[in-house]
Amino acid sequence: MTLIEGHRSLTPDAGIPVLDIDPYADATLRNPTPYYTALRDAGPLVYVPHYNVLAVGRYEETRQTFSDHETFVSSRGIGLNDFNLEKPWRPPSIILEVDPPDHTKTRKVMSKALSPKVVRTLMDDFLATAEALVDRLLEQSEIEGVADLAEAFPTAVFPRAVGMKDVNPRHLVDYGAIVFNAVGPDNSPRRQAMSRAAEVGGWISAACARGRLTDDGLGAQVYAAADAGEITSDEAGMLVRSFLSAGVDTTVTGIGNALWCFSQNPSQWEALKADPSLVRPSFEEVLRYTSPVHTFLRTANIDTHIADHPVPEGAKIMCVLGAANMDPVKWGDPDVFRVDRRPTGHMAFGAGIHGCVGQNIARGELEALLSVLARKVARIEPAGDAVWRPNNAIRALDRLPLKLIPN
Amino acid sequence: MIKVTYIQPDGREATVKARPGDSVMQTALNNNVPGIIAECGGSMACATCHVYVAEAWQTQAGARKDGEEDMLDCAMSEMRDTSRLSCQIKLTEALDGLRVYLPEEQG
Repeated sequence: MTLIEGHRSLTPDAGIPVLDIDPYADATLRNPTPYYTALRDAGPLVYVPHYNVLAVGRYEETRQTFSDHETFVSSRGIGLNDFNLEKPWRPPSIILEVDPPDHTKTRKVMSKALSPKVVRTLMDDFLATAEALVDRLLEQSEIEGVADLAEAFPTAVFPRAVGMKDVNPRHLVDYGAIVFNAVGPDNSPRRQAMSRAAEVGGWISAACARGRLTDDGLGAQVYAAADAGEITSDEAGMLVRSFLSAGVDTTVTGIGNALWCFSQNPSQWEALKADPSLVRPSFEEVLRYTSPVHTFLRTANIDTHIADHPVPEGAKIMCVLGAANMDPVKWGDPDVFRVDRRPTGHMAFGAGIHGCVGQNIARGELEALLSVLARKVARIEPAGDAVWRPNNAIRALDRLPLKLIPN
Repeated sequence: MIKVTYIQPDGREATVKARPGDSVMQTALNNNVPGIIAECGGSMACATCHVYVAEAWQTQAGARKDGEEDMLDCAMSEMRDTSRLSCQIKLTEALDGLRVYLPEEQG
């Protein structure tokens, strides 16, 4: 069988609108807004001939498709290739790329390790680290927001939370970017990622071994679940790997995007400073407005329908979370960044059983950082153009020159 | 027609109309009922949509879902026998008249 981007050739039903845009073109990844609009306008389900896949981008259909884990499975890969037909580049994640009942078991271990209760115990370190970092940066006339703040903070606190003895900040950030680029087509970001996968992946696997972890971190909790017989020791290593693929680059992106939002919307920074209770809701709005994870795919595991259009078994469906988060039908004025919006139900952390299991810790990190910044920084001003970094699943900044003006 | 009554810690009640298939959490948000934060939007990941189901409705509301108990254990207000995550209670005609109590603290 000839595969297209690692999945079976699909002949779409004639009634499905065609969207002749390359969602993974460099220009689209750098500025996805026109594509999001075209996708939603074309229909509730569209065919994307560029990669021979279907796509959803309206809020309702995206949410339904993403949440229906029985019909639209994750075990066949959340990228363009179908794991039933093509061997993935690494052993599949046993929490992200898996269905119930196997998923239920690993999800339980992870959601316990990352529960709100656990995150509360980490907040003192998050706050102290944020305080020291922000104080140091306030002494500089200008900062590079991505390296100096967005990368510096999670690579300081997260390995400590996991209990890692080995810390290589560059590898930690890049591993996530590699994993997320891998879900795209055979394009330049994916090829670049794959060229570094062996080196970075090897370092990551070694760093996840039990002997390389302290006995009091999140990693140790996962290995304790292995001791209790809930999972095997190998599975514990795989789940610690999941902390690192999903827990560093994503929060780096969330922080960078937050700084970008506030640098572009000074009135919203003032609103946040005036009412610190908006710190947590403001991060939700950053997530909705910028969708750090912009696209994951699902595979139809049976012949089914989306929005009354037939969808054959084996079809890959792009779920464009970024488009759903900007759907005017759902949000009214999605193009406006408002810290008081409280956008419950946004799709940035996904939805359903595969909804981001680390979302509590991400919120904890951002709450710490934004609350310290709001207390100490009068204004966050652009000091040059923001440059986006094309990635097949992540909408992240490459560079963000900023001036932090102290109170 | 499905109606749900939310009772605040101070005893104030709000009875609202629900769409079948919506969760008790979503119905509260749709109707601006205070006391439900629902930070995670229904992925059973945050424990900020905690409610106490009125005892008369416990059976109808159903049993806790797999993993729900672990999350309830993380809630800010104490977990009781009647505790549920309201995102996990889907409304049907059989739940018309449902009464739920909101906890003191949510997030």
